[in-house]
Parts: sequence; C-alpha cells; structure tokens
Amino acid sequence: MSNKSLTSGQMVLVALVLGYLGLILILPLGAIAVRALDAGPGLLLEALTDPAAQEGLVLTLLLAGIALVANGLVGIGAALVLTRQRFYGQHLLDTLVDLPLAVSPVMTGLAFLLVFGQGGWLGSWLDSIGIKIGFAFPGLVLATLFVTFPFTVREVAYVLIELGTDEEEAAVTLGASSWQTFWLVTLPNIRYGLGYGLVLTLARALGEFGAVLVMGGAISGQTQTATTFIYNALEERQESAAYGMALLLAVISVLFLLALEWLKHQHKKGRLA
Amino acid sequence: MSIRVSHLNKRFGDFIAVNDVSLEVASGELVAFLGPSGSGKSTILRIIAGLEQADSGSVFFANQPADHLHARARGVGFVFQHYALFRHMTVANNIAFGLRVRGLGRSAQNRRVGELLDLMGLHGLGQRYPNQLSGGQRQRVALARALAPEPQVLLLDEPFGAVDARVREELRHWLRRLHDDVHITSIFVTHDQEEAFSVADKVIVINQGRVEQAASPAEILDHPATEFVARFIGEANVYDGIVQAGQIAVGKLHVPACGLPDGTSASAVLRFYDLKFWREEAGIARVIRTMTLGDRVKVEAVIDDGPVIYSQFPRRSSLLAGIEPGCRIQIEITLARLYPHGDLPLQ
Amino acid sequence: MSGRWLGRVNTMFRFGVALDPGAGGRLVRVAVLTYIGGLVLLPLAALTQHGLAGGLAALWESIQAPGARHALWLTLWTAGLMTLINALMGTATAWVLVRYRFSGRAMLSTLVDLPFAIPTLVTGVMLVILYGPRGLMGTWFHDLGIKIAFAPPGILLALLFVTLPFVVRAVEPVLLEQDPAEEEAARTLGAGSFTIFRSVLLPPLLPAILSGSVRSFARALAEFGSIVVVSGNIPYKTLTAPVFIFGEIEAGAPQSAAAVSLVLLLLAIVLTYAGRMLERLAGVRHV
Repeated sequence: MSNKSLTSGQMVLVALVLGYLGLILILPLGAIAVRALDAGPGLLLEALTDPAAQEGLVLTLLLAGIALVANGLVGIGAALVLTRQRFYGQHLLDTLVDLPLAVSPVMTGLAFLLVFGQGGWLGSWLDSIGIKIGFAFPGLVLATLFVTFPFTVREVAYVLIELGTDEEEAAVTLGASSWQTFWLVTLPNIRYGLGYGLVLTLARALGEFGAVLVMGGAISGQTQTATTFIYNALEERQESAAYGMALLLAVISVLFLLALEWLKHQHKKGRLA
Repeated sequence: MSIRVSHLNKRFGDFIAVNDVSLEVASGELVAFLGPSGSGKSTILRIIAGLEQADSGSVFFANQPADHLHARARGVGFVFQHYALFRHMTVANNIAFGLRVRGLGRSAQNRRVGELLDLMGLHGLGQRYPNQLSGGQRQRVALARALAPEPQVLLLDEPFGAVDARVREELRHWLRRLHDDVHITSIFVTHDQEEAFSVADKVIVINQGRVEQAASPAEILDHPATEFVARFIGEANVYDGIVQAGQIAVGKLHVPACGLPDGTSASAVLRFYDLKFWREEAGIARVIRTMTLGDRVKVEAVIDDGPVIYSQFPRRSSLLAGIEPGCRIQIEITLARLYPHGDLPLQ
Repeated sequence: MSGRWLGRVNTMFRFGVALDPGAGGRLVRVAVLTYIGGLVLLPLAALTQHGLAGGLAALWESIQAPGARHALWLTLWTAGLMTLINALMGTATAWVLVRYRFSGRAMLSTLVDLPFAIPTLVTGVMLVILYGPRGLMGTWFHDLGIKIAFAPPGILLALLFVTLPFVVRAVEPVLLEQDPAEEEAARTLGAGSFTIFRSVLLPPLLPAILSGSVRSFARALAEFGSIVVVSGNIPYKTLTAPVFIFGEIEAGAPQSAAAVSLVLLLLAIVLTYAGRMLERLAGVRHV
C-alpha cells in the first residue's frame, strides 16, 4: 500500500489533487498572507489596537466561551443519551442534532427573531417584563449556541460508538456506580473526541457571522462581534481594518487546525490498544 | 456459592436467544457452557451476571433469588471475551478498580494488587498499559481484575478466544490450576470442545438457546443425550434413513437399529473411533485416501452404493496394515447410536 | 453491505440492562431534550409558522416572486455543480491521501480540515483579495475578460472551499478499512484496472461518497458568510437564497424571508436525514 515510488499514472493523480487543493485552499490562504506581508505587522496591530475591533473581539471570545461550556456539557449529555439509551423518537433526535449544520445562519437569526424579537411569539411578553433578546447580548448567545450545538455531540457520539460498551460493563460488574463508571471509565476514554468537538465549537463560535449579524444587528459597541466588525469595515470601505481582523482570525484558525490535528493523532494513538 | 437458573427466556427482536433454560452449578464447581456460536451460551452468562435482563425466568445465587440485584451488586467477577481492560489505566490501576470503587484504602488496594500480580505471574508489569502487553498477559490481567474484589462467582465469556493456540493451551491449564487453588464457583463459555473437556468438572452443552445435556465430560462423550450432542461432540459419520428389518441401510453398510420398529425415520451416528476397517477384497467399501494426523490416521472410504465414511485409528494399529488408496475394505460397527426423528433416543 | 449496516446498528443500540441509565440518566435525557427543544426546535417552528402564516397560496407567491425564484435557482445550481466537482475531487483527494506516500502528504491532510477552522467570512475576504477587481490575480483575469469575484465563479470557489472536507473525510475511513487483498484477488483473477475500480473499489465507497456529497450540498445551500462578501449580491445575477433572505430581513419583509427560508429548511431536513442514513450505510460518521 505504501509505495515508495509512484507510477506515472499515480503521479498524474497526485498532481491533479495537489493542483486542485492548491487552487481551492492554498491560493486563497496565500493571498491573505501576501496581503499581510505587504502591509507589514501594522495590519495585525491595527486589528488589536482599534477600540471597536477590540470590543468586537472581546464579545466574540465571551460568546465562544459560553458556547464552549454550555454546548460542551449538553453535548456530552446528548451524546450519552443518543448512544447509551434507548427511547422512542431517538432517530428524530439524531436528525435534530445535525440540523443546525444544514440551516443557513441567516435563517437561524431570523428564526430566533420570530420567537424573541418584536412581533415574535414571545416578543411582547418579554417586552412587558423588560427583557431584550433580539439585537442584544442574549440574542447573540442564543444564535451562537444554535450554530455550535452539533459539534460536541457528533464527535463524542462518534467516539462512544467506536468505543463500545465493554469497558463500561466491566466497570459495572466490578461494582462501579453509574457516576463512577462515567467519571473513571467513559470520560477518560472520550477525552480526545471531546477535545476535538470543543475545538470545532470554539472555531465555529469565533467565526459565526450570519446568525449574529441578523440576531444582533452588528451595533458597534453593543452587538458587534469580530466577524461583523469585518463586515461593517468592508461596507464602510475601511479595507485595512477589515483585512487586519480577517488576518487575525485566520491566524487563530490555523492554531485551531493544529490543535485538531494533535487531538486526532492522540485519539488514534489511544485506540491502538 | 451455588448458582441456579430456572426457566430462562430471552429474545432479541425475532431471534430467540435463550429458550426455557434451567441449569444448576454447585458451589465451587468449574463448569463449561459449550455450544456453537449464536447458541445463546453467552447470553445466559450475561443474564447470570446481570448484564442482560431475561424476559422471564429467574437466577438464584445460593438459593436466594438474584433477579432484583443490579449487576454491580451481584458480587460476580466477569471476564470479557476481548478483555475489556481500561485502556487508559495501568495494569495495577485496572486490577485495583473494583477495590477503588468500593472505597478501599490505598494501602489495602496496593497489597491486594501485589498479591494478584504474583498469583497471575504478572510480576513487574503493574505500571504497564494494556496495549503494551501480549494477548495472554492481557487475559490474565482481566482475570486478576475480576478476582480482585474477591467475588463469589467467576464468569468467563470465551476467555481464550482471542489468543493464539499455544497461549490458549497454557491459559487453560492455568485456569484449572487457579480454580483448584481458589475454589470459586466458575462458569466459562466456549465453542471449543477440547477446552471444555480438558478444563471443566461439568459441561453443559447448549444449542439454539436450549440445554442439550448437562453432565461430566466422560458422560457426555459416552452417553450423548441427543442427536445434536452426538453429532457435535467428537467426530462422527451421520446418516439419515428409515428402519427396515431391524436395520438402516447405508449403501451396502447395515447399521443395526435394535429396538426401533420398522418404518421409523432416524439418524444413525457413527463415531470415527467406533468403526473398524480392515483390508478384504470381498469388503463393502473402497478406500479413497488416508490422512496422517499426528498420532492418528484418518481413513476416508466410499461405501458401495452409498456415501463416504470416515474412521480413525492409532498410527501403529494393526488394522491399518495394507490399507491404502484404492483397496477394498470390510467395515465393522462397534457402537452405533440411533436417534429417531422428532423423538427422544432409545438406548 | 447490509451486514455492515446491521453491525453498526448493533454496536449502537445493543447493550445490556446493566448500563440502563436509571433515574439519573432519564433526568439527563429530559434536560437534553428540553435544551434541544428550546434551542433548535422552537425557533425552527416559529420560522415554519411564519412561513405558512399567509397560507400556502401566499407562500407560493412569495417563492414565485422573480427575485426569490432567481436566488433559489442560483443557489441550487451553484450548489449542485459544486457537489459534482466535490464528489469527484474529494474522492480523488481521499484516495491520494490514504493510498500514496509522498512528501508533504501529512501537511496536506491537515490542511484539508482548514475550512472547519476558518470563519467563512474570512474565506470570502481571502477570495476578494485574490480575485477582486483590484486583487492579486483579479486584475490579471480582468484583462482576460474573465470575472471571478462578484460573479458565479466566485460563488463556486467559495462553496468549494467551505465544503472541501466533507467528501474527503467521509471517504477516508472507508478507504482505510478496505482490504488491499480484495484488489489483489481481483487482479489475480485477471480484472483490468477499470474493472477493479468499478466493481471492487467503488461499490463500498459509494455510500460514503454520497453521504459526503449530500452534506456538502446541504452546507452549500446554507452558506452565507463567504458568499455575501465574494458574490457582490447583485439581484438577478449573483444574489443567492441566503443573501436574499438577509436582504428581505433588512428591508423589513420577514414574510418573504420566512417563505424562502421555509423552502431551504425543508431541503435541510430532507438532506440531513438522507445524510444520516447514508452515513449509517457507509458505517462512518463524521462532521
């Protein structure tokens, strides 16, 4: 399988794939790098010193942190429910978990507005008790939670299925309670899968744009996140501000990418047992 | 502690895994559940351990009903087919697990782990991880882990299925010796007759979710209770026929059917070692080939106007003199077992 | 194939009573269902209700409005074309990454996941930097009279970028599991390369290729961040359905937005369900 020297036909295929990935993936990535080098470190610095950019970044980090904790916890629970319990409607739940991956972020924002916004299902009631969700921080939280929900569930469920139930049953015959079994056996076994899901959650939360744009309105200083800052800057033709923030996010996502690779490697290593 | 199982039933969807099974294991006994794969033997074991719930029927430990007890409260040591070792824990932590979850102190844990490592011949491997061990070592760790909390009952699901032939042989001796030392009531599941007969005090043959026979190894070999047992245990020729004039005709070979009335449809089971072949031109069969299997020789012949028949002889047997492919032979049946279809055997 | 499928279902749903979750587990289930109900089901139900509020006739009218119809059509054909390319090149990429050893392979394999990590808006920005009218290559293409950014080719490139990992990551595990002995057996039986590919290699890969393709297609129908930057959003020319919805919300026409959303939601549900079934058939599961 691991041919040291490739035949000419294989070489053509490799060249084709390399060319394709180069065109689709590496060229655009290279473009932003070239642009950054052109402008010098000032571009990144600008993104980090501009107060509006800073506010956007802090807001985005806060949202990502909330998504990490909430969807991490619920994600573990949901994955356990999906793979270790049997109940009516399981397949429905399975599909529902995946659905946010296929729903356009714009629709997510709209859907939440139709529940919580003015004229929405709960809009006037929330208004009467003085709670504002649309175009405010809680709305951004909801939108972020929605779009990042599937990642932890899917990754953890995948690992749980792969793991099987042998070790958990062994723990039970040795006298462990459900909680001990989870804490001492299941959790250590899913840790890299969980980590993978959490990094994906973070990446998605940091990069979410459409849903927070619609739900939050990208009001500077209030609901403007890192991505909506870029969008507003582009609209206002402040290209260097937009490119600076875009570059910063690209750098962060390369770090995420390395983290994902490391976690995948660790998981594979552990599985060789 | 004795185990009794009464009228156990279990279905998985349309598949009947366990069909009205009752059996008993005396305190301190080492028993084998023997049967082909899919016969339900593992399911019965898992029901005894509380890992699976029976649809109906009961399990008793020391004559006390155990059905209401959760698996964690049954005090059963269970050894899984593929070890099921905790892969992220060291060998020592694996073995200590059952003590740890019971809240035993560190030093008591370490003492017991040390004892078991010695008992299992795993000295010096306590800090290794499961993936750094050989198959045989892993299986012994699994056994040590199950024994650590001093269970009253030890259940082993195909314990030697995943190791190679030589290690399997070693582990069998090992299990027998261990049992002779510890005297814990033990049941192990296997599809390997040699394993069952060489290790167990009592063998329970299981097929299609039913108990076919429960007896000592010798009893099962000498007096198979059902056609299935006769066919499954040892190597045998099986011929179906209808009794006529007190015998079943298999080509020119006549199998005596003493006691069965004419017209009965039955299976004749002829063990390889219950047949004698010798060279005789006027015989009723022709040898096709001979196969040397270590200390024994297997002879394949075709009965005139009939099917193939096998027999087996010690390598140095005088009966083998002159037997070679193509020669004519005579056949003598020293013991034939007949099982009328749809009825219990008459012996 | 069906054997594999059953095997997967068994490992997923066959386990003994000892792991029965008990009261604590049921509590977790209720909590999880409530969370999903509130977070996912409730807003989507509101969207559906608003989409249908004016009755089916009104819904039909909203979808049939020229702007909406054009946006939906543009989204469907670009997503469809992208899916075809992705199915082909994704499979080839997985094949090369799994079967061949060459320098740079590990880095390439890592890079394939980049679209999962990078914000889609940034993807759009990158494409504009590259292909925009004043972009690094845009000026060059402009001289040739080819328009990429602010035109359908830009949309296509953005979709290809954001959906790149789906087919690759779906096909990879199946290829890794494939026994090279099957191929060798076919070769010893005298089969030619094409026959081997068609009758030995392809059939087990097909469910994985399809599941990856369905997921890319669904993802493409939903894509917003990269397209809103790269497409130029010119009505009747480069305005895709999600961007159209955004425009309607901005313009204060939630009714029309909800109507087009409903069409996309319906497609999303069907595609998600189909993707899940195909994953089960392929015996793999991945984002």
